[in-house]
Amino acid sequence: MKLARDTWLIFQRQLHLLLRNPVWVFVGVFQPVMYLLLFAPLLKPALNASTQAEAYKIFVPGLLVLLAIFGGLFQGFGLIAELRAGVIERSRVTPVSRLALLLGRSLRDVVSLLAQAVIITLLALLFDLRVFIGDLLLAYLMLALIALMTSAVSYGVALKVKSEDALAPLMNTVAQPVLLLSGILLPLAFAPGWLQGVARWNPFSWAVDGTRALFNGDIGNDRVWQGLAIITVLAAAGVFWAARQFARSVR
Amino acid sequence: MCVWSGDGDEMADGGLERGVHMIETRGLRKSFRSRAGRETKTVEAVRGVDLDVSAGEIFGFLGPNGAGKTTTLRMLATLIEPDGGQATIAGADLLKDPGEVRRRIGYVAQGGSTWDESTAREELVLQARMYGIAKAEAQRRAARALEAFQLTEFADRKCKTYSGGQRRRVEIALGIIHEPKIVFLDEPTTGLDPQSRAHMWDEIRRLRTDGMTVFITTHYLDEADALCDRIAIMDHGEVVAEGTPTDLKREISGDVVQVGLDPVAAGEVAKLLDGEEYVNRLETLDEGGLRLFVDDGATAIPRILRRIDGAGLDLRSIELHRPSLDDVFLTKTGRSLRES
Repeated sequence: MKLARDTWLIFQRQLHLLLRNPVWVFVGVFQPVMYLLLFAPLLKPALNASTQAEAYKIFVPGLLVLLAIFGGLFQGFGLIAELRAGVIERSRVTPVSRLALLLGRSLRDVVSLLAQAVIITLLALLFDLRVFIGDLLLAYLMLALIALMTSAVSYGVALKVKSEDALAPLMNTVAQPVLLLSGILLPLAFAPGWLQGVARWNPFSWAVDGTRALFNGDIGNDRVWQGLAIITVLAAAGVFWAARQFARSVR
Repeated sequence: MCVWSGDGDEMADGGLERGVHMIETRGLRKSFRSRAGRETKTVEAVRGVDLDVSAGEIFGFLGPNGAGKTTTLRMLATLIEPDGGQATIAGADLLKDPGEVRRRIGYVAQGGSTWDESTAREELVLQARMYGIAKAEAQRRAARALEAFQLTEFADRKCKTYSGGQRRRVEIALGIIHEPKIVFLDEPTTGLDPQSRAHMWDEIRRLRTDGMTVFITTHYLDEADALCDRIAIMDHGEVVAEGTPTDLKREISGDVVQVGLDPVAAGEVAKLLDGEEYVNRLETLDEGGLRLFVDDGATAIPRILRRIDGAGLDLRSIELHRPSLDDVFLTKTGRSLRES
């Protein structure tokens, strides 16, 4: 009860501050739209897809997972600014739930990601992408869990390193192989065998496969529940670890 | 009231007074591990602090940077866990029940605590609600606090537009929005201009009038002297002196009379006064003149003047120095607070 109330309190505050800054909202939508308009047209010939809609079915889910990963991983920067301003310390001397300090922030990130995802899906509809609403909602659940995990991890790491100079290279180093080994931009079906083998160890590759299956209307595909299960476990672990960082001394 | 005594055993007997102590610490310790190159060094930031702070007083924690003041304060405010020792704060046990301590105290950090893009009102409402206060009541309290700290005019402007003094007032208001029994202020006037500083002193006195116990850290001697009912001087992680500013000053003996003379005359006067029973100690100054350490300047000055006059020597100046807290600091730590 207290956890829910405190989480809602922090969530409201963070969302309010986000919406007050329209520049951020613009930037958050601008980049994915550029991918959609300037990169996706290359895909039909590259993927040997029969129609443009076919290419979007493969690319849009990948793009959404990409946004969830990167959007989450770089949230830590905002937290470092809050640490520097003393806002976190001010919260920590109150009896507010430590888990709520994390969850309120991470849920704000999930909501802003889902808003981006909806805008991109709507735009993709203009390019003849068609997806069942039930499958789409399940895909959004996958995206929400990914964003929850990556933003929690990013906050936890931010509390540990406490400096933008350390956080930026660290997050880039993690994100790059994760991105390349997940088949986000091009399906790993094109990859040589050894690369596919390595990618099997990347949880995001399972998430991407699952999301693609959902966009393809293939809800019965094993990759759907496998991807959801893997990401759920990782998100829970990420939240648990990051909440402990909030509870521990920050000096 | 607990009257401080230099004798450790008598302090322990102060147990009778425990009911009125807002803060009571025994042997509070904290060390940090710091890495310098390949070596890890353990730095003992706080090495066994015993403090008794009575209800309703402004208690000053004085010491140079790095003395362990802020570390002690952060332990008392539940922000870092002590390595050892005990503390009771507003009746709650710091180690066993930090959650209850949090409910009863307010804390205002040194480096600020407001978010540039938020308004003072938003910050105050959020802070009250983080203490579990319902929304409507939080809004009422925020309005009242804005009024009390003369911030109503800027209440709905973003914090980044505030002056240093306004911002500090918002931060103090944030620290007491839940009406705590004790408020900890870490260097509340550092970085403020003299006018805002005087204003802040008035605000801090008002907190005491409202019935709060105020615990401040400072490295300004004049602040400790003017504002605090009692002070503790901390150096190298230990409390080296504790008492009222007046008592502490009285404890380091007497007054200093500084006599300005030309060097030849200074030598003669030194010979004349050396045997006088009221002069405890005598120093010759390089720039000419003497420093005389006496018990009571008011009675010593006429006698000194008579001797100089009687010898027919010319006097350039005479000044009386009452001991300052800096002299106390010098005596207790072997160096001046100003140079450390």
